[in-house]
Amino acid sequence: MHEQKTPLIRLAKRGVMSPGRMWAIRGASFIVAILIGAILFLCLGHNPLEAYGTIVTGSLGKATAIRQTVKLAVPLLGTALALAPCFRMRYWNIGAEGQITAGAIAASYFALFWANRLSGPVLIPVMAVAGALFGGICALIPAFFKARWGTNETLFTLMMNYIVIGIVRWLQGGPWEGKPGSQIIPTFAKSAMLPKVFGIHIGWIIVLVLTVLMFIYMKYTKHGFEISVIGNSENTARYAGMNVGRIIMRTVFISGAICGLVGFVIVSGANGTLYDSAAGGVGFTAITVCWLAQLNPFAMVGISCLLGVLDKGADTLQTRMAVPASISDIITGIFLFCMLGCEFFINYRIILRGHKEAAEK
Amino acid sequence: MNAVILLIYNAVLNGTPLLFGTVGEVLTQKSGNMNLGVEGMMYMGGAVGLGAAFYYEKMAGAAASGPVAVILALIFAFLAGAVGALIYSFLTISLRANQNVTGLALAIFGTGAGQFIGEYMRTREGGYVAISNALKTAFQSSPFPKALQSVPVVGQLLFSYNIFVYIGFIIAIVMAVFFMRTRKGLNLRAVGESPATADAAGINITRYKYLATVIGGGISAIGGMVYIMTIAGCVWNHEGLAGEGWLAVALVIFCLWNPLNAIWGSTLFGALMILYMRLHLPIPDQLYKILPYIVTAIVLVVVSLRKKRENEPPASLGLAYFREDR
Repeated sequence: MHEQKTPLIRLAKRGVMSPGRMWAIRGASFIVAILIGAILFLCLGHNPLEAYGTIVTGSLGKATAIRQTVKLAVPLLGTALALAPCFRMRYWNIGAEGQITAGAIAASYFALFWANRLSGPVLIPVMAVAGALFGGICALIPAFFKARWGTNETLFTLMMNYIVIGIVRWLQGGPWEGKPGSQIIPTFAKSAMLPKVFGIHIGWIIVLVLTVLMFIYMKYTKHGFEISVIGNSENTARYAGMNVGRIIMRTVFISGAICGLVGFVIVSGANGTLYDSAAGGVGFTAITVCWLAQLNPFAMVGISCLLGVLDKGADTLQTRMAVPASISDIITGIFLFCMLGCEFFINYRIILRGHKEAAEK
Repeated sequence: MNAVILLIYNAVLNGTPLLFGTVGEVLTQKSGNMNLGVEGMMYMGGAVGLGAAFYYEKMAGAAASGPVAVILALIFAFLAGAVGALIYSFLTISLRANQNVTGLALAIFGTGAGQFIGEYMRTREGGYVAISNALKTAFQSSPFPKALQSVPVVGQLLFSYNIFVYIGFIIAIVMAVFFMRTRKGLNLRAVGESPATADAAGINITRYKYLATVIGGGISAIGGMVYIMTIAGCVWNHEGLAGEGWLAVALVIFCLWNPLNAIWGSTLFGALMILYMRLHLPIPDQLYKILPYIVTAIVLVVVSLRKKRENEPPASLGLAYFREDR
């Protein structure tokens, strides 16, 4: 039997890293992502500088463009905030799309059928509450089964998406249809629309307030503590006497309720009506926002704006340089891959053969 | 009688993309990797597979042969999915990133990439990417002689499907044999159940995980190509795959990680998807169409209710393996 050499590369867990170095690594991975994106543009035969330039000017160049970018970022931020407690708890809620839509349905119901009975200052809060309630209930169904029997929540929440969106399609073509045969739900009355501040519906104020609230909720409340204990170890939580099932259902309900509120903001602020793609993929993109921000609400503000820029910029890219707008999804994916990969360098260190063990310590 | 045969026939056809997606994901999950990016890989497979057939025909012109186009589409779809799965594997196996989030990232990246490739081809080729009818027949008609197909009942039920149905069945059966009857299959299951034990027994964990995930991803991606080339009629449309990849992940649980169960499971789901066209009930079509998703949700609940030892997922599913953590 021959003697075994030490392997060329070995891994060891790292202790705690200083926040400065941690963010330096994350910053580096961000730059790597931009470089990979640049290579992608080169392969497509475009000048990467020009392409990135178009994205930035297209999304931030004019006041109207900025407004549209913010409009895109608002639901993203709101939904990412909603998902944060779920993810902290390691409950993989990927049904935000459906919960947003459920909230949108409930809000639309009041906007369509109660607008002439309630005045604006009453109607809008009613819509908001209805949206939140409905979104919460939609999220609660899978959470109940998860808490009770450990049913796989990833797929259950996902199936709820298709179910809720199917219901909107039915409403669109049936009971709520405007002109017969149009497949379109009529636009809301003026009193059911959110007021505007700086030319953008007040949804942006709502989500900024939510950001602060969510930060406090996760960091300084008993609920927030319980959530992170369950996320780290369900058994520990049980030993400590927490009612795990109840906490799961409560947290997921809150998460769904915020998604529902976002749904209300979308129909009442941005669209003024309900259609099947009202959520428009926000529920999925928000997952990436949430994760890129490391579940930190304030970081989510920056990242949702970044993705808003990317999204709006990609539209401009499509019109000006004939690059399909789905490029924004690809670049988002690249960002996410790089960010996920860089966590490795934060948690582990690589020891090359021949190097002293103690070098890092 | 005829209606029943027609229903089964269409169920099998519509279930085939799901069969590929599911069987590929079973292989992946047996190694302990929960790759939620099936939808993304299927998109990539769909777009690249269509592209392969389209550009092959463009280059070969009138001399283009059907079987070659089918083989090229298969290979390129497989490669597209394998590339996606390779990114996933590198991040989760080598860099030990969270499997759930990486899978979701792959789903976003893959749907974006698939959509992008499809759109890009469309704008470059003047608004329409479609292959000729001669090639379409190669993708959509049965490889068996007419005489066999026209045997009453049996002919339609057994011999009249397109080639991919048979390939899918063969892959599923081969995989079941591989898991239960070969040494390598046993090793792979050991890796998924308890990587530390497998490691101690001298099995190369990293290699098994990489191979299973990459090959599994490739097989799943073929499902996307099959969807585009048979059900969606060989053109790229905005609807894309309509959530087939996610259904495939659910089906993996439904069929309890057994490739043989995937055969009838995918057929059942194929039936649910087309039932609204075949069996008229007094409910609106749009609500009828959500039936497969409701059934999936119910299935998830039922599976979680009856916990049996042989029905459990691979024990280390979703967990990264780090040797020094033992």
